[in-house]
Amino acid sequence: MAQHSAKGHGAAGDHDVHGGGHTHGSFKSYTIGFLLSIVLTIIPLVVVLNGMLERTGTIIVLLVTAVLQFIVQLLFFMHLNEEEKPRYNLMTLILGLVIVLTIVLASMWIMAYNGVAH
Amino acid sequence: MAQASAGAHQGHEHGHDGHHDIESMRTFGFWIFLITDCILFGTLFAVYIVLHGNTNGGPTADELFAMPGIIASTFILLTSSYTSGLAVLSMNKGNVKGLIGWLIVTALLGASFIALEVTEFVHMVHEGATIGTSAFLSSFYTLVGTHGLHVSLGLVWMIAIILQLSRRGITSVTKRKVNVISLYWHFLDVVWIFVFTIVYLMGVM
Repeated sequence: MAQHSAKGHGAAGDHDVHGGGHTHGSFKSYTIGFLLSIVLTIIPLVVVLNGMLERTGTIIVLLVTAVLQFIVQLLFFMHLNEEEKPRYNLMTLILGLVIVLTIVLASMWIMAYNGVAH
Repeated sequence: MAQASAGAHQGHEHGHDGHHDIESMRTFGFWIFLITDCILFGTLFAVYIVLHGNTNGGPTADELFAMPGIIASTFILLTSSYTSGLAVLSMNKGNVKGLIGWLIVTALLGASFIALEVTEFVHMVHEGATIGTSAFLSSFYTLVGTHGLHVSLGLVWMIAIILQLSRRGITSVTKRKVNVISLYWHFLDVVWIFVFTIVYLMGVM
C-alpha cells in the first residue's frame, strides 16, 4: 500500500490529496466488495446449517468461500491490485502467506502422524 | 478520466518534498506489521486445528457454540469493515464530517462485536467451559480472545484518531493515520473470516 495509482475513483482524483498515498477506491467498488462478502458468508452458512453436503464437500465449500472472501477484501477493501511497481506490499504478503501456510499445514501434517499423543 | 487524473496525481507526487514519502513509508511499515500479525494468528490457528479434538471429556465445539450470536457478530464486523472503507472515501473527498461520522459508526459496530463476544465467553464459562477445562478450550480462548483484544485495541485507537481529527482536521499526518487504521480494521475482518470458518462453522458441521 506504499504506492498507488489514482485509478478507480472519480472526483477524488482531482483533489489535492497528499499523505499516505491513498487516493483509491470508489463507493461502487466498496459496495460491490461488501455485497460479495455477504454472499460469500451466506453460502457456507446455508451449507453448514442445513447439512446439505457430506463432510469433505462441506470442508471444500467452507475453505473455498473463505479464501474467496479473503481475496475480495484484499482487492475491494485493501486495493492491493492498485499498487504500483515495485509491488512491495504484494511481496511481503506472499512471504507472510508462505510462512503461515507452512506453520499451519506442517503442524497438521506432523500431528496427524504423531504416534506419542494418540 | 481516471487515466488522466492518475497522471496528474503522479506529477504532483514527484513534485513534492519528502513529506509524502515518509507518510507512505509509514503506511508500508504498518503493512509489514500486519503481515507479522498474520503469522501470530497463523500459529494460533495451527494450535487450535491440532488441539480442537482434545476435549478431555468436557464440552465439544458442537455442544458449546451458539450460532445466532456468532452469525450476528460476523455480519456486524463485516459491515464495520465496509463503513471504515466509507470513512476513507469521505476523507479522500475532503469531507471531515463524513469521515468522523463513518469512523463513529465503525467504532460502534466494533463495540457491539466485542459486547457479543464477551457475552458469549461469559455464557460459556457459566456452562463450565473455562480456559482450563480442556486443550480444545485453551486454544479456543487464546485464538478468539487474541482477535477480540485486537478489536478492542483498534477501538481505543479509533477513538483517539476521531478526537485528533476533530481538533486538527484532515492533514497529511491524520490522513495516514486513518488509512492505517482502516487497513488494520480490514485485516481484523479477514482474520475473523477464518475464525468464523475454521472455528465456528467447522465446529458445528
